[in-house]
Amino acid sequence: MSSKSQDVEALLAQKYRHGFITDIESDSLPPGLDEDVVAAISKKKHEPQFLLDWRLKAFRHWLTMQEPTWAHVHYKPIDYQDISYYSAPRAPANAPKSLDEVDPKLLATYAKLGIPLHERARLAGVAVDAVFDSVSVATTFKEKLGKAGVIFCSFSDAVRDHPELIERYLGTVVPPGDNFFAALNSAVFSDGSFVYVPRGVRCPMELSTYFRINAAKTGQFERTLIIAAEGASVSYLEGCTAPMRDENQLHAAVVELVALDDAQIKYSTVQNWYPGDENGLGGIYNFVTKRGECRGRNSKISWTQVETGSAITWKYPSCVLKGENSIGEFYSVAVANNYQQADTGTKMIHIGRNTKSTIVSKGISAGHAENTYRGLVKILPSAAGARNFTQCDSLLMGPECAAHTFPYMEVKNPTATVEHEASTSKIGEDQLFYCLQRGISAEDAVNMIVSGFCKVVFKELPMEFAVEAQNLLSVSLEGAVG
Amino acid sequence: MLKITGLSARVAGKDILKGVDLTVRAGEVHAIMGPNGSGKSTLAQVLAGREDYEVTAGSATFEGRDLLALAPEERARAGLFLGFQYPVEIPGVNNVYLLKAALNAKRKAAGEPEVDAYEFLALIRQKMKLMQMSDSFLTRGVNEGFSGGEKKRNEVLQMLVLEPKLAILDETDSGLDIDALKVVSAGVNSLRDPKRAVVLVTHYQRLLDYIVPDQVHVLSGGRILKSGDSSLAKELERRGYDWVQGAEVA
Repeated sequence: MSSKSQDVEALLAQKYRHGFITDIESDSLPPGLDEDVVAAISKKKHEPQFLLDWRLKAFRHWLTMQEPTWAHVHYKPIDYQDISYYSAPRAPANAPKSLDEVDPKLLATYAKLGIPLHERARLAGVAVDAVFDSVSVATTFKEKLGKAGVIFCSFSDAVRDHPELIERYLGTVVPPGDNFFAALNSAVFSDGSFVYVPRGVRCPMELSTYFRINAAKTGQFERTLIIAAEGASVSYLEGCTAPMRDENQLHAAVVELVALDDAQIKYSTVQNWYPGDENGLGGIYNFVTKRGECRGRNSKISWTQVETGSAITWKYPSCVLKGENSIGEFYSVAVANNYQQADTGTKMIHIGRNTKSTIVSKGISAGHAENTYRGLVKILPSAAGARNFTQCDSLLMGPECAAHTFPYMEVKNPTATVEHEASTSKIGEDQLFYCLQRGISAEDAVNMIVSGFCKVVFKELPMEFAVEAQNLLSVSLEGAVG
Repeated sequence: MLKITGLSARVAGKDILKGVDLTVRAGEVHAIMGPNGSGKSTLAQVLAGREDYEVTAGSATFEGRDLLALAPEERARAGLFLGFQYPVEIPGVNNVYLLKAALNAKRKAAGEPEVDAYEFLALIRQKMKLMQMSDSFLTRGVNEGFSGGEKKRNEVLQMLVLEPKLAILDETDSGLDIDALKVVSAGVNSLRDPKRAVVLVTHYQRLLDYIVPDQVHVLSGGRILKSGDSSLAKELERRGYDWVQGAEVA
């Protein structure tokens, strides 16, 4: 036992591994937000008039809105005038046309994060879009995807090359005035990813976007839009990291998914924004609106998220099940350690007949963290035969953390079936001692117990990322139990 | 192998052990019997290094090393095994995975190469056969949804795989039907060997019909009141614990 306290100290000394800053010249707007800033962002991106109008409308609506206070999180008021709404690595005259023209410092940054952008070095079968602060710096495998008819590019490129698709689908799942942060994003979003999988095409590889915040005092407001046309299918993964800084940084993204008849979209997230230090200083405010609409019959949208980072997480990836027989799924592992606060969950809105949804939420709290599951299952009168199954489990590590569960259910059709199971357990001293008595170290034992708890969610992740997620989990919880 | 001298321990501010003396030599099987609340399980937990148990006096050495100075995992790797009275469930963690990690932790500490998945599977299948356990066990979580009897069998299986020098089995017989008791006993007996020792903690003489101990001790009120050979267990069965407790007063 003598060695134990030293082990704990050594473990605690391990810091966030992605916290470095890339020294790169950037082109940023000064802090502040008004109609001129919105117009300036639009102009920098050479956007068509319809998009500028859309942004301005969103901005005017945002001015009338109040920041939400219902979430179980606490933070000092955000000064929206003290944030820079645009930052881009300064590119020589024209944007890079191929990876060879991308600033080597940027490529080095992604290599350091374990995301080599050079296609030959990349895991076969995964295409990557890399977003650095406000702009997309590289998208790999464009050509191969193009042959299959799949469009995978930065949002800015999509606005330029496929404006008709943007105009048709943007804001149809998350309207600009949906909520405070979605409205803000609609006004100032800078970049993100765009995916269109045409009718009958199974996307030949996993798509992924890697988001990185680098510049100080900058907000990241990306926008992702994924459309799977009739009978199409796609699996998409996003990963996120940021440098360690003492001030909090705002990340307010919007993700919209549209699945037409018989289409399937699988959206996985491994979120590891900087969580702040062990005293709760710094870290990312992750206020994100993610929603998918099963617009067509027999369509399916599946969200899988592993949330280990951010000082505050406020996100509810949701499914609007409009199409008959459509299916929505939400699998989540949310970890909160030290002073992290997470308020996360999902909404399943059943509109079509015989729609089905599954919710599996695993919350892990350690240190002084607060972890809240908030979920809504809403069954409208039109949703005859709708079914929902919800399971939410919380695991507590140590005496200072807390877990909360707020399940909401609105059932307006008598033929619906709704099931809810919930549990809260402490990482047992008994479980830990059992493993120690078998000769397994405390660190390995905690990893084993936590992985076991999360197993059902991890198996939903694409295989390459399941391993990453598991590693991330052990890093996040290092030192949580002595 | 194990030498306990004047061991006293307290749990949640309450003194439970009040000066236990016990010497176990290699090759021996000892049975510790006693009424409920006498401190039998506390003794087992203290020897395994459970943190909530505070040692207030005395010493314990294991092969000459100061046992009480070692962390629980170090004791395990040195060859001390505790068969738990209430084996805990660890949902989602595969039985085989845990056991392989345990075996490799021990081998690593001993400077031996780790076993790979194939070698391990062959080993565990052999031991499972001895314990009459079905293959479905391989894919289940640690003790997850196991019956009381299955949990106890699993403890003995783990012991057979880890081949400890000293096994302390805390009421491994409780909750077993007669067939399961025979299987568990056969498992324990298969480990008897001049280099190993076993300490059985039990309420009942029944187990000792199948695993015949070299010595029997009666623990009561935190002290060993009486020691003897296996005939002592039979006498206890006949006369009850009051006989020993009464003898102390007299």
